[in-house]
Amino acid sequence: MSDGGPRGTPPPRTPAARRRALGLDRGAWFLLVPALLPILVLSVGPLLYAVALSFTDARFGRTVETDFTGAANFADLRLDPLFWESFRLGLVWSLSVTALQLLLGLGLALLLDQNLRFGWLARTLALVPWAMPEVVVGLMWRLVYHQDAGILNETLRRLGVLGPDSGNIDWLTDLSLALPAVVLVGVWAGMPLTTVVLLAGLQNVPRELAEAAHLDGAGVWRRFASVTWPALRPVALSITALNLIWNLNSFGLVYVLTQGGPGGKTRLPSLFVYEEAFTYGQFGYAAAMGVVLTAVVAVCLTVFLRKSLRETAP
Amino acid sequence: MNETSAMSPATGPSGPSGPSGPPGRSGPTGPSGPTGPNGAAGTRARGWRRAGRAGQYAGLLCYLVFLAFPLAWLVSTSLKSPQELGEAAPAWLPRRPTLENFRAAFEAQPLARSALNSLVVAGGATLVSVALALPAAYVLARHRSRIGRAANAWVLVSQMFPFVLVIIPLFLVLKNLHLIDSLGGLALVYVVWNLPFSLWMLQGYVKAVPVSLEEAAAVDGAGRVRVLRSVVLPLLAPGLVATLMFSFVTAWNEFFFALVLLKSPGNQTMSVILTRFLGAEGVADLGPLAAASLLATVPGLLFFTLLQRRLTTRLPAGAVKG
Repeated sequence: MSDGGPRGTPPPRTPAARRRALGLDRGAWFLLVPALLPILVLSVGPLLYAVALSFTDARFGRTVETDFTGAANFADLRLDPLFWESFRLGLVWSLSVTALQLLLGLGLALLLDQNLRFGWLARTLALVPWAMPEVVVGLMWRLVYHQDAGILNETLRRLGVLGPDSGNIDWLTDLSLALPAVVLVGVWAGMPLTTVVLLAGLQNVPRELAEAAHLDGAGVWRRFASVTWPALRPVALSITALNLIWNLNSFGLVYVLTQGGPGGKTRLPSLFVYEEAFTYGQFGYAAAMGVVLTAVVAVCLTVFLRKSLRETAP
Repeated sequence: MNETSAMSPATGPSGPSGPSGPPGRSGPTGPSGPTGPNGAAGTRARGWRRAGRAGQYAGLLCYLVFLAFPLAWLVSTSLKSPQELGEAAPAWLPRRPTLENFRAAFEAQPLARSALNSLVVAGGATLVSVALALPAAYVLARHRSRIGRAANAWVLVSQMFPFVLVIIPLFLVLKNLHLIDSLGGLALVYVVWNLPFSLWMLQGYVKAVPVSLEEAAAVDGAGRVRVLRSVVLPLLAPGLVATLMFSFVTAWNEFFFALVLLKSPGNQTMSVILTRFLGAEGVADLGPLAAASLLATVPGLLFFTLLQRRLTTRLPAGAVKG
């Protein structure tokens, strides 16, 4: 940026000069502290507290004593089949939602980049899910999936997919359909952001190169693979990493749609932690689960940060 | 900051509406291709191209249907009478549209009260967090420092924070402070969770104000405060408004913290009250449910409609030469 000093100057010797090189004098600190202090106290603090809790048997209630139990929670977790099932579901959910978001988002972004008529309509519609509260997205899809009054069953019936004799499908309580139904909602809610980001990324594609490839007789696929994708790749990777992490952490949509049912078939890890903590009051055990979940996210995060921070310091 | 700004929701000046359609770009339909020496091949190529276009429109149509139909169904359901909602074969359009559901929604649940709660919590949290973030953002944007880099890394991390983990200690801490089931406690949490993003958004806008303008004002004899108030602040106003709105909508739409921290119906915010329309065992009154859902979406939609305009008003042209 413009105010960075010239490179190659020797490091400053006096403390005052060093402080200046750090870029902060006392006045600046005075302006920074009010913003940084609450962040430290109310987000870093609780994070450490939560890690500490995961080594105790803390429970809900006033009179219960909390004891340090070492790694007992984690040992229990290792043997808890419900936890593993939930963890597996979390991976299936986040991988499938993320993959579909990327594929469908990329398709829409490429279409919108063609300046088609009615492109503006798709662009506007793509922004709407973003403006909606998560809860409303969930409720809206419950209306769509509703067994009797839902439009999905009715449409399938009119198209002849559902025969006149077969009953209506109850999408959200069917053991095998609930997860795909929920995944579809996840894609609907998250695809727009992916599209917008990829569309912005497409502006980086060198036009001359694309046109040259066209003149040289490269087909659509060839042009995409050797001109468009290389330019789009960094952006696509970033948004996919972010999507993956967001989806691993997601809670509200599935909570509203199924509350983790039927029979735990959509109980994502975040719902599992919530239940354990606030339905059963097992704070210590829930914190241990949260720590495991966070560790997984942290691994994704490190990979992602190492990539993106090196390229762009915001 | 190109890449990161592209990732975050309605961020800085290069947001969604920015680089959408560069004018005068010659796409595949532009100047017609090489039809020269071989006529037959040219015709075939044109036929292919026309088929491609048709395929593109078919694809776009699929996307439009996928994106729009749940929304259309929500609106349609909200306008139907109870009798019509009870019919065996639901129809796409309400036969006799009525606003009855909107009235019923207010009777079924303390909707007005919850809207007020949401307004107070989101409004209060937004004002406080932006007031805290503005000076810090200015410092971070104007001075490069290690703290600045750490703060920016934290912004990224905060976007991916494991809320389910943090909510447990937060719940315990707030309980000790007697801030459970209190709007103040929730607002406090929202301040903290909006801060990183506000900080980052505002930094982008501060960077867009050229330092040379400040220097020019200082040379003309304006003091530090004067420079900030009459040069920087006016130019920052659009960005400030965008940040305020974004922060407000984020807090208004938030669900998880509100679900855990607010217990009594009189205290709950709108997103939590909405889930009460589902009733016990999922026996829901669909009409009022749809109506209330639509009402809860209004601030978000308003924000996006306004934002698209906002983002186009940038710095006054010609403020800086060259």
